[in-house]
Amino acid sequence: MKLIFEKSASGRKCSILPKCDVETVELPKELRREVKPALPEMSETDISRHYTELNHRVHGVNCGFYPLGSCTMKYNPRIDEEMAALPGFTAIHPLAPKHTTEGCREVLDTIRKYLCEVTGMADMTFQPSAGAHGEFTGVLLIKQYHDSRGDTKRKKIIVPDSAHGTNPATAAMCGYDVVNIASAPNGCVDLEALKAVLGDDTAGLMLTNPNTVGIFDENILEITRLVHEAGGLCYYDGANLNAVMGVVRPGDMGFDCIHMNLHKTFATPHGGGGPGAGAVGCKDFLAKFLPHSAMMEGEGHIQVRGFAGNFLVVVKALTYIMTLGREGIPEAAKNAVLNANYLMRRIQGTFEPAFDRICMHEFVLDLSGFKKETGVTALDVAKSLIDYGMHPPTMYFPMIVHEALMLEPTETESKDTLDWAAEVYRKLYELGHTDPEYMHGAPHNAQIGRPDEVKAARNPIVRYTRA
Amino acid sequence: MGSYVPSTEAERREMLKAIGLTDYRELYRDVPEKMYLDEPLNIPEGMSELEVSNAISAMAAKNKVFKTVLRGAGAYDHYIPSIVKYIPTKEEFLTAYTPYQAEMSQGVLQSIFEYQTMICELTGMDVSNASVYDGATAAGEAAAMCRDRKRRVTLVSGASHPDTINTVRTYCYGTGDEMRIVPMKDGKTDMAALREMLTEDVASVYIQQPSFFGQLEDATAIGEMVHAAGAMYIMGCNPIALAIMKTPKDCGADIAVGEGQPLGMPLSYGGPYLGFMATLTKHMRKLPGRIVGQTTDSKGDTAYVLSLQAREQHIRREKASSNICSNQALCAFTAGLYMATMGPDGMAEAANQCMAKAHYLAAKLCEIPGVILKYKGDFFHEFVTEMPRQDEVLKALEDADILGGLPVEGGIMWCATEKVTKAQLDKAIEVVKEVLA
Repeated sequence: MKLIFEKSASGRKCSILPKCDVETVELPKELRREVKPALPEMSETDISRHYTELNHRVHGVNCGFYPLGSCTMKYNPRIDEEMAALPGFTAIHPLAPKHTTEGCREVLDTIRKYLCEVTGMADMTFQPSAGAHGEFTGVLLIKQYHDSRGDTKRKKIIVPDSAHGTNPATAAMCGYDVVNIASAPNGCVDLEALKAVLGDDTAGLMLTNPNTVGIFDENILEITRLVHEAGGLCYYDGANLNAVMGVVRPGDMGFDCIHMNLHKTFATPHGGGGPGAGAVGCKDFLAKFLPHSAMMEGEGHIQVRGFAGNFLVVVKALTYIMTLGREGIPEAAKNAVLNANYLMRRIQGTFEPAFDRICMHEFVLDLSGFKKETGVTALDVAKSLIDYGMHPPTMYFPMIVHEALMLEPTETESKDTLDWAAEVYRKLYELGHTDPEYMHGAPHNAQIGRPDEVKAARNPIVRYTRA
Repeated sequence: MGSYVPSTEAERREMLKAIGLTDYRELYRDVPEKMYLDEPLNIPEGMSELEVSNAISAMAAKNKVFKTVLRGAGAYDHYIPSIVKYIPTKEEFLTAYTPYQAEMSQGVLQSIFEYQTMICELTGMDVSNASVYDGATAAGEAAAMCRDRKRRVTLVSGASHPDTINTVRTYCYGTGDEMRIVPMKDGKTDMAALREMLTEDVASVYIQQPSFFGQLEDATAIGEMVHAAGAMYIMGCNPIALAIMKTPKDCGADIAVGEGQPLGMPLSYGGPYLGFMATLTKHMRKLPGRIVGQTTDSKGDTAYVLSLQAREQHIRREKASSNICSNQALCAFTAGLYMATMGPDGMAEAANQCMAKAHYLAAKLCEIPGVILKYKGDFFHEFVTEMPRQDEVLKALEDADILGGLPVEGGIMWCATEKVTKAQLDKAIEVVKEVLA
């Protein structure tokens, strides 16, 4: 497909603005631009067709099954979009007088109350714009807490080796040394390993529970107790909250602060990579450290971006939460877990789960045996799935499982879809034994064949240049 | 209760049975009994779609939508073409994840590649990332890019947006680095003070063009001063103004960042917006965030992929340049669509009209006895007035369905965009005149 720049023609345009109805003013000469930017010059027909064509080359969760582990690709309800598009929200200036923005604050106050109840937290900010941004905010709460007590020797954040890469990267952005601890054979925290690194230099622990292999850590109370005993705080990475919302609360597990991905757990769309919303909740003693907007609420607090965050995303999440309500939230969690277990058992017998036990909302397949038998890799299987119109699972994560494929079907998939997916996996298992070559070359019917990523990195072409 | 779970009661029982269980509780056998919630959450019961629609619409109705907006300060009420509003609501793009699987995501990847190109064109820079959360975080990330072992201090112009200053301060607090504020003079960066502050430990200097108060900085002279001191130069830019204004590249910037909201994003009480971020080729591998690159596929055809991932957290973990692992893709898509719809001439027209209307408003307001401009320098589409009885003026404007300028220290800061007509401006001027008569 051509780039938009290749469809441009000098002098072509859309009719958008009227003639200027006041006297024009020129910029001082020395501040003027010398050459006009080579932006596309297009008719509206061309624009409509170009973007429609791009849109056809995208697979969204509303197009088909998308069991991308750790990403909670659940159906994104249309009503959420409709509510966020109300002019009563979209046309509101963030710095409009307070008495004219009561509705916006009602949205924030309402969702804050509900999500504090869901998580067992006392207060919450909606400023962070993504999960990683939420982590940054949450760890800064921990940092401010220790600083406020003059407890400056706490330089270390403990992160299990099964954690998302954002956890150690976040700790580093907050000036901490990262202490990685090896997981126990079942993928959970190794209590002895934890004890060995805890001390008076421990600032905190970052933990995902259920963890990244889809298992709820049964020692969670002991883990948070040990960290607290050492004077550290416990940070809950809410990436996997969908498994347990309404069933068990991070606050009750002993966590002091938490981020949630509203774009995962609370069904707001990912938009091809964002905008998301990474709400951060905390216990009462940390609330005074939450970020504020200097413009909206005044100076004196940390701040992680402008204004109040991705407000419209929060509107979508509130619409979803109000739709599900007190029964719907645990119902969603329980069926997410049921769907994952069902799919895991339907696939089992071909590709084997890395942990043969009840899982939470996601599970990891270990393809190292299959690879040894056939030479077909997890990557080959993932790429082969594309030919069936199914989005591949998360690949090669967590790193503690070799040839990992991580599947998270979510609760919004039907039994029929899961049965079909299991059938596809079974077919690919057989194909790996009969025609491995074919799988090495997959996908065969996609938008493109496998791209040359090495070439992209060695010889970076990151913008269009006119020939 | 509303629900998006498609499986029927019978199917659920069948699935439980298939995995050898009879009850959902058994799925949670690892959850200690004492923390398993027996009581339902203390939030309201779920609702039907119609009820939720009514409830949320009632909240929206409690906000006041002004017919005329003369307030900016980092959030600008530009006209958004119809097609720019419509196309991003299509479900394929809307509901996709980060394009990890290039073979299923060429549309997302190509749109980002096109966006990157357009940001390079607008800023004059060589390479753009796929966007970050907003303009303030772009500034924070840019400052982090510039620090090395010896140079750790970030200087930020006091004439920048207060949210940007506070965000950069927070990013510096994270890594334990220092941020110093360069004093402001006449609504712009105090150049003499800046010269004094450019010590050997300064890694970078951030200024905003136009300044928070709408004043046009001598960005080229600042750039020369910064480089002479061996520091990096970060310019925060208004993307609409860039259509007619000297590019950051030509001003000598090492990194150009900015708030992308004016490129087709509604005000939305502050978000979602997007931060754009572009730099020179020599700094490319330090640029945080997603970057899309062009390559070829197994058949030799052109393809797009997430590129230069060796910079990123999932590979480098604690050694990554940032923890950011997403972009504001849908906003970048919208921004690209906006720039394509407006074209170079349409964007220049929007910029020129912003400037013309702001100057008309300023001139007419200053004809009213008692009203003067606080800062006398050249401005783009924002300016600050001093006048008596400010509160009354703003209240009277509000009663006339006009969101007046923003009260700032010592005055009111006004903004006019291409969206307001002369008639709307005349009405606002009339209201001010009446109050001050």
